[in-house]
Amino acid sequence: MATLKEVQNKIQAVKKTKKITKAMNMVATSRLRGAQQKMEGFRPFADKFEEVLGSLASKSGEDANDLLIPRDEVKNVHVIICTSDRGLCAGFNINITHEVDQFLEEKKDDNISFSFTNFGKKGRDWCRKNKYAIIEEQIGVVGAQFGFNVASVAGRNVIDKFLEGAYDEVYLIYSEFISMARQTPVLKQILPIPPIEIEDEDEGQEDKPYLAEHLCEPSADELLGDMLPQSVYVQLFSALLETSTSEHAARMAAMDNATKACNDMVENLTLVFNKARQAAITADLMDIVGGAEALKG
Amino acid sequence: MAENIKFEVVTPEKLVVNENAQIVVAPGALGEFGILSGHTPFLSTLKTGVIRYADEKGKDHYVFVSGGFAEALPDKVTVLAESAERKRDIDKERAEDSLKRAQERLAQGKRDNDMIRAEAALQRAIWRLKMIG
Repeated sequence: MATLKEVQNKIQAVKKTKKITKAMNMVATSRLRGAQQKMEGFRPFADKFEEVLGSLASKSGEDANDLLIPRDEVKNVHVIICTSDRGLCAGFNINITHEVDQFLEEKKDDNISFSFTNFGKKGRDWCRKNKYAIIEEQIGVVGAQFGFNVASVAGRNVIDKFLEGAYDEVYLIYSEFISMARQTPVLKQILPIPPIEIEDEDEGQEDKPYLAEHLCEPSADELLGDMLPQSVYVQLFSALLETSTSEHAARMAAMDNATKACNDMVENLTLVFNKARQAAITADLMDIVGGAEALKG
Repeated sequence: MAENIKFEVVTPEKLVVNENAQIVVAPGALGEFGILSGHTPFLSTLKTGVIRYADEKGKDHYVFVSGGFAEALPDKVTVLAESAERKRDIDKERAEDSLKRAQERLAQGKRDNDMIRAEAALQRAIWRLKMIG
């Protein structure tokens, strides 16, 4: 049986932990709000962009641009991994790296060499641990404030390497924010750009056929050439936003659970403490009564 | 007077302008163009520069844009740009700083990629400063 003091110390410790988890929960909540706002702010841009790109792509041929043409032989695959910088968000990063693992497992037999770009410390650490080749790493982006230029610079680098022939395929892995309670890792091929289809899932838009047949200045192909790299940046930016939002949501949930667990522990420990106290009092009483009896005798 | 046309400027961060305009004049890649209501569907890339538009009362407004394109439909003009700022949102000090930095980098004359970036930065800074005069 633990002594009274020991139990008391433990209760104090758990209460302190609870304060921390609660504070982290609140921080995550407010950051989540910011991240969500940013995500919503980006949506009009992304939607419009996709609409225009779709209409352009439908006019140009499938091989109008180098970025569209699949390579016959895929030898070098580049993977962009978006994870968080910090932990304490339950299985968030593990889910993402697990997805990478599965992807690598699938491609393992084809004699491909892989290289990585890492957004986020956790993914980088994972790559280092597994001794994968890291081409570029960006720490301090996910989960913080960042602008579109982060995505466009990184995107530019990847596209340049792709055009030089250093990469044959580029994939992007990030965490999609589905709801407060659900964030799933998603794997997307970004280069060569998969054939662009005009999105059907856009709510309310499908019944209104897009007013295509623009006059284009410069030519449609040139415009497409301008926009395709941009579409890579857009995807990258949106992946970063989604991952940031997911991270905060995951941390919020994790910290909420931790706070609840702390409450349970404090309750159980208090019970133990009370029992121990009662036992001590009973023992004391027995002593006193015993002593009194002895004096009488 | 002809009808007004809806005018929107969207960046990845936010909606910068959402107004009705009498006319929108934008710096296209092949030269400046003006758009009135009823324009034929039209798509053009934009140079770094300044878009001028006249609001419903005919008052002129200026918006700085860089790295974007414009889509005109008969009743609407949409500009998608990597960055866009209204005149009042321009940070003069920042623009001056980046002008200096870009000039220094250009003076050094290093790798190609850097040069292109510095050139673009220089353009942006010059236009921003020009706009606030």
